[in-house]
Amino acid sequence: MDINHIAKLARLGLGEDEKSKLESELSDILDFVEQLKEVEAGNIEPTAHATGMENVARPDEARRTTEEERQKILANAPQRKDNFIKVKSVLQ
Amino acid sequence: MEIASLDISQIHEGLKNKNFSATELAEAFLSKIKERDGEIHAYLNVMEESAKKQAREVDQKIAARGEIGILEGVPCAIKDNILIEGEKCTSGSKILESYVAPYDAGVIKKLKEKGVVFLGKTNLDEFAMGSSTENSAFGPTHNPHDLERVPGGSSGGSAAAVAAGECAFALGSDTGGSIRQPASFCGVVGLKPTYGAVSRYGLMAMASSLDQIGPLAKNVKDAKIVFDAISGRDEKDSTSADQPSTKNQKLSTKNLRIGLPKEYFAQGLDPQVEKLVKDAVQKLASLGAEIEEISLPHTKYALPCYYIIMPSEVSSNLARYDGIKYGYSAISDLLRQPADAIGDLLDVYLKSRQNGFGAEPRRRIMLGTYVLSAGYYDAYYLKAQKVRTKIIEDFKKAFEKVDVIMAPVAPTPAFKIGEKVSDPLQMYLADIYTISVNLAGLPAISVPCGKSENLPVGLQIIGKHFSEDLIFETASAIESQIADHAS
Repeated sequence: MDINHIAKLARLGLGEDEKSKLESELSDILDFVEQLKEVEAGNIEPTAHATGMENVARPDEARRTTEEERQKILANAPQRKDNFIKVKSVLQ
Repeated sequence: MEIASLDISQIHEGLKNKNFSATELAEAFLSKIKERDGEIHAYLNVMEESAKKQAREVDQKIAARGEIGILEGVPCAIKDNILIEGEKCTSGSKILESYVAPYDAGVIKKLKEKGVVFLGKTNLDEFAMGSSTENSAFGPTHNPHDLERVPGGSSGGSAAAVAAGECAFALGSDTGGSIRQPASFCGVVGLKPTYGAVSRYGLMAMASSLDQIGPLAKNVKDAKIVFDAISGRDEKDSTSADQPSTKNQKLSTKNLRIGLPKEYFAQGLDPQVEKLVKDAVQKLASLGAEIEEISLPHTKYALPCYYIIMPSEVSSNLARYDGIKYGYSAISDLLRQPADAIGDLLDVYLKSRQNGFGAEPRRRIMLGTYVLSAGYYDAYYLKAQKVRTKIIEDFKKAFEKVDVIMAPVAPTPAFKIGEKVSDPLQMYLADIYTISVNLAGLPAISVPCGKSENLPVGLQIIGKHFSEDLIFETASAIESQIADHAS
């Protein structure tokens, strides 16, 4: 496992001392899950939903957010300007 | 009788007959919390003012109309990964330490309509990841039966609060056993409903194909009252569904066919736990139930299957905690060190998540990201989903021969705080009897069946999809039998 690559994919900063410990723990866990190789699963359908429900739709109607709801949501933003959430520039 | 030790029906009678007011009741529980929670630490947030206000409203209703619903005025505790509008909701994590919920979860809306009083939010393993509540960023909860031991997890705070009489009932969430195992460790009743029976809207998602909210209560009757109140389709949760009618369901213990899976009574199970579970099952035989040994052949693959599927879903669900929209952000962290300098957007993500998440979420995010990454998806995730199908088939075949399956909940009673923290894999192995149930989306309850050296032990009853009524009926029979035979 390329731990630096995975950490970057996961957008997770890791300290140097942490990396080796994590690598070893993950290695143990991956060894453990190797057992699944023993199962013959050829053409079996994979299960994503345990109780068999299929596409559940709702009417394509927009619901307006109230000003009160909007403010409650924005109140949690770490960096805010008026009704916008502030972020570092996305494009360099 | 101390009013904080009454069950829901007794509370209801007491309020109706004006033996005490809802305000007195709420205050009795709040006192109990003040008295005991210093050493138990079940609660992260006690909502004293709003609880008293809710209780006053119930008293006004009683004064005006006299008639109240069964849950009206009943004080409860809510696991801190379920949103109550206007209250902090931390999921046991530093990354959400000051997050304030902007809306009510579906189950909270339902309980508010029923007039329930919310005493506070309970402690949990961070993001519901753990089996002991030791992974909480805010300190562990202690088992009321032995303060040096864990209450179980991840709904340890909820289970401990019920066991210690710090609430009349509580809500928890169960992804791999997180309601049933703490219920077993704390000697209370805990139900994981059928996947979809209870709305997940407003539950901070851990593994979306496995999570369910469920009740923890003093007895089976209470658990059923709460389940009936919170279950049902919610248009905000497209995976939720209504309970089908029970008109044609068998609801009696006479002629009940009980299956004992041989793989669940093998090596690794504490002999005292095994004896208590089997003795309890035998008591039902004396009531006319038939007991037979069954096999769930893919049991041994359930743990590896779960520990691939769950971290994968976790890695996706926890991507939202990025220091941008809410929660801890490195960019606004006043205690930020020079080493944590923020240069660009990527740094905001990396540092916020590094500083905000504890060890277990980090571990599971990394594991999930790896197994879902290009080149590994087929070997791990897809394979695990196929094994999941096999596990579901095992249960389907078993339920052709039996009505319910009975098993232990955990291999041992509550272990000591600190005993399993150094090896994550050891902690994972403790989930062995509960996780298959989540993989299959089946309902299951943990009901107390005795004590091993003064530590509670739970019996697990597993049913077909949407067979909660049969499970409650069976659990109730166990409960009466245990009470009748109590020394």
